[in-house]
Amino acid sequence: MKDSRFDIYENLKADGLTTEQEKIIREELEDDRQHVLPGDRQDSEAEDCFLRWVPETIYEFYDLIHLQAMSAMQSGYTATARSIDELLERDQQRESDGFPRKINVGRLIKPGKGGKTKIVIVPTTVEEKFMHDPSFRTDENGEGQSSGGTGEGEEGEVIGEQPVRPEGETGSGPGEGEGGPHELESNAYDLGRILTEQFKLPNLKEKGKKRSLTRYTYDLTDRHRGFGQVLDKKATLRRILETNIHLGNVPDVDRINPSDFLVSPGDRIFRILSREKDYESQAMIFFVRDYSGSMAGKATEMVVAQHVLIYSWLLYQYAMQVETRFILHDTEAKEVPDFYTYYNSSVAGGTQVASAYRLVNEIIEKENLVREYNIYVFHGTDGDDWDTDGKEAIPELKKMLEYASRVGITIAEHSYRAGKNSEVEKYVKNSKLLEEKPKLIRLDVIGEDAGEQRLIEGIKKLISE
Amino acid sequence: MELVDQHTKEIMEGCKERALEAGLRFENESLEYIVTNRDLLELTPKVMIPTLYDYWVHDVEVLKEKGRYELYPSNPYETVINTRPAISYYNDNNPDWMNVMIFYHVLGHIDFFQNNLYFRHTWDYDFNGRALSDKRLIAALRSEKGRWVDYIIEFSRGIDNLVGYHRELSGLDPPPTSDGSARINYYFDVFLQDTQKVNISEYIKEIERYNQCMREESENGEKTFFSEVRKKYPEFDSLYSKSLKEKRNGRPDLFQYLLENSEFLQKEDNVWMKSIMEVVRNTSVFLQPQIRTKIMNEGWASYWHEKLFLEDDRIKGHEVDFARTHAGVTSLPRVGLNPYALGLRMFYFIEELGDTGRYSTEYRRLSDTAQRKAYDNHSQKGQEFIFKVRENLCDFTFINTFVDQDFVSQNKLFVAGKRLNKEKMVWEYYVKSRKAEDYRQMLMDGLYHPPHIEIYEKKDADGVLYLVHHFEDKPLVKEFVANTMLGIEYLWGNPVQLETSEVITSASETSGSSAAGAMQEVLKPSDFKWERVVYTMKNRELSRQVMAQEK
Repeated sequence: MKDSRFDIYENLKADGLTTEQEKIIREELEDDRQHVLPGDRQDSEAEDCFLRWVPETIYEFYDLIHLQAMSAMQSGYTATARSIDELLERDQQRESDGFPRKINVGRLIKPGKGGKTKIVIVPTTVEEKFMHDPSFRTDENGEGQSSGGTGEGEEGEVIGEQPVRPEGETGSGPGEGEGGPHELESNAYDLGRILTEQFKLPNLKEKGKKRSLTRYTYDLTDRHRGFGQVLDKKATLRRILETNIHLGNVPDVDRINPSDFLVSPGDRIFRILSREKDYESQAMIFFVRDYSGSMAGKATEMVVAQHVLIYSWLLYQYAMQVETRFILHDTEAKEVPDFYTYYNSSVAGGTQVASAYRLVNEIIEKENLVREYNIYVFHGTDGDDWDTDGKEAIPELKKMLEYASRVGITIAEHSYRAGKNSEVEKYVKNSKLLEEKPKLIRLDVIGEDAGEQRLIEGIKKLISE
Repeated sequence: MELVDQHTKEIMEGCKERALEAGLRFENESLEYIVTNRDLLELTPKVMIPTLYDYWVHDVEVLKEKGRYELYPSNPYETVINTRPAISYYNDNNPDWMNVMIFYHVLGHIDFFQNNLYFRHTWDYDFNGRALSDKRLIAALRSEKGRWVDYIIEFSRGIDNLVGYHRELSGLDPPPTSDGSARINYYFDVFLQDTQKVNISEYIKEIERYNQCMREESENGEKTFFSEVRKKYPEFDSLYSKSLKEKRNGRPDLFQYLLENSEFLQKEDNVWMKSIMEVVRNTSVFLQPQIRTKIMNEGWASYWHEKLFLEDDRIKGHEVDFARTHAGVTSLPRVGLNPYALGLRMFYFIEELGDTGRYSTEYRRLSDTAQRKAYDNHSQKGQEFIFKVRENLCDFTFINTFVDQDFVSQNKLFVAGKRLNKEKMVWEYYVKSRKAEDYRQMLMDGLYHPPHIEIYEKKDADGVLYLVHHFEDKPLVKEFVANTMLGIEYLWGNPVQLETSEVITSASETSGSSAAGAMQEVLKPSDFKWERVVYTMKNRELSRQVMAQEK
């Protein structure tokens, strides 16, 4: 893989690069990390790390836990399940009272292999106060916080090691979901509902492509005069009015007196149960993630978090009729089988966006998906691309727009490059696709430090009509 | 939640007898409850006080990563709370021997609560009872005012780490002042200069007269002096006593200031908010000493549970069980801090200091190692000494006084540094220093310390509340500034300003580390430039303005 990277690099250099571009590329080239899943490398690291985790401050010790060995609490999910809607309602009320929202619908993904992905919704909040920033450090030599220690060892002697990222390299990694007490489990569908209802994400317009399912629902949709199950008052009133107009009983349309109406039993209109054939549209979502070296840290976190939200939202919109495909790319793209791999694969390598777009196009063509599905493509990147003016990416993107219902590109901008247009942003804007096909392609640039509110705003931007 | 059974209660009573014999002092009544996980779920957000007022945030997972303990000066999983009677919580299936150990631990805490002077303000009432009436008050208000009650709780909690806890304490136990000189001070410093505004020659004349009085009759000189004063200024005495009263109240903290001076809160429609603010403030003041005595409190309790357990004749045969559990709690970690372990060793160390008379100038003057080692005046005052320490100190003074080189060397303590090894991508832990002063500093840096923010009364600004953050080389958490100030503005009813210091960062500095973007970026102190900034919250909009740069 390394070889091919260098080939690409040589070709690019031949085409001419600015120093800045070269610097970015070199950084990714010289970085010899590999894409790994956390599970793959635990063995190699287990022996290195012999330090047991000890709380960093004295205030994390409690009698109940340390003395009585009571385990951290697991709540019954049902006890709190009811409250998330209430909380969000309260949050909306806050907004109308003129105070900023306070609830975050923290999502924790607990991916399991083999499609057993679970999304856990944990409403979280912060109580803000004036306080010293505990993350602020002034130690020399790039050190972390000092702590206490005891035992043998000369000054300067190394006494233990701990891997920097024991959980694998995705930012938001599964490590964050360490079972807080107030978790309430829910599936992605619920999250989608919350997003749609509480955060006012738009409903999708039906695209018309519907597949009939051999399923019937019974609904009170048919109308029947004279008798039936439920009186349709509005229709009945309309009918009565009509009859009375025919009878000449309504001399002045502006001054109707309902007590003068003659009511015939036949005017009553009822709704009755009827059998309906169910049509449902279905969606195929391609999630594309840049997992090149430059994506390390928050950028990845943002992209993955947003993709979870989008996934949930579409799941709700299409009433579970959603299929997902996951594509990862650096200089080459590959399809991965499940969300677990998609979510957990660590960053490394260089960046070529076109490879991913090409793969999506290939898959769609090969499997002839256009006929059957509404196709959505969501791409998350930090905006770096070795293909600096999109010579390859733009044609692929155009091809994609011929069939896709929506292509959403999220650029999680690194804070150190804030304000400067990244390559992807530049060439997508230059291609004028955004203006020509605003219904089909959206681009959203977010800072890598953005919060959840901003992410949801971003989704609105990507998917709104 | 139910009380422990009679059998267990009997064990507890036995423990009490033995603890009292050993010299611990506490009120005889106590309540012991069995708690289940479900109980804990409700108790922990309420800092284990079952009657604390309801607040919706208690039902939500609060984000922890940003220094939770700084935000909540309390111990959410504590076994015993400082109420009258003291309430303690137990796991359902503790074996008897373990309960004995925990009971002694709990009694250690109760003794500490009821004798350490930093808890002085909690001695005269039962917080549990007060909390219950507060809870009812808030519930009643909520039925009337709805969600606005929660907003007021929220805004009040936003400033509840800025309560004047120490001022509160100092008022309770004022040092004996020699009334005479205070009176003189007031007369010359305040009364003549500020109240009467006498000219200089008159002022000097008064001083001369005072000196003369003192020369003539040193005993009653002052009396004679003031008898003259009284004739001249009949109002002096009442003004003086009034000033004394003001002094006792001291400078108000932010809560008190708002309660007294906010026009918004004085409005008839808003007066109810004051009682909520009082509740939040009282709760915070009540909890303050807890976090400021963590090491001492746990050390003291561990000291006594070890000592008393080993002397207890009822549980013979469980020494090994005990040793295992006890070591699990109180062994010093290779890296990390453990308040049980540290406090326990401190108390043993201090007891030895007392037994051998080493807490003395004599001992400190010795520079010969051999002499120091052998020093012992056989005073055997150790027990007495540790009881004094538990009465009079808090974590800060405890560490500051007793963590010395002897202590550090004896326990083989060191400051553990943590540095990044980029090649292996690991954090390396290493022995950074074995010097007592470094170790002490490291402990101090970890202690709870809310920012020092004071109200600066600007006469000219119309209605603006001006807060000054006294900068101690630690910036405030920026994300929290906006909402905290929003709350203060609401309670104040007018614009609020906050003056604080922030780091100037230029974008170029961080860009170099882009490849290692995920690594923790740590800047060196020499890179920091500080600037003084003023945040203004006006009409719920926050703005930021840079003041003159600091050198």
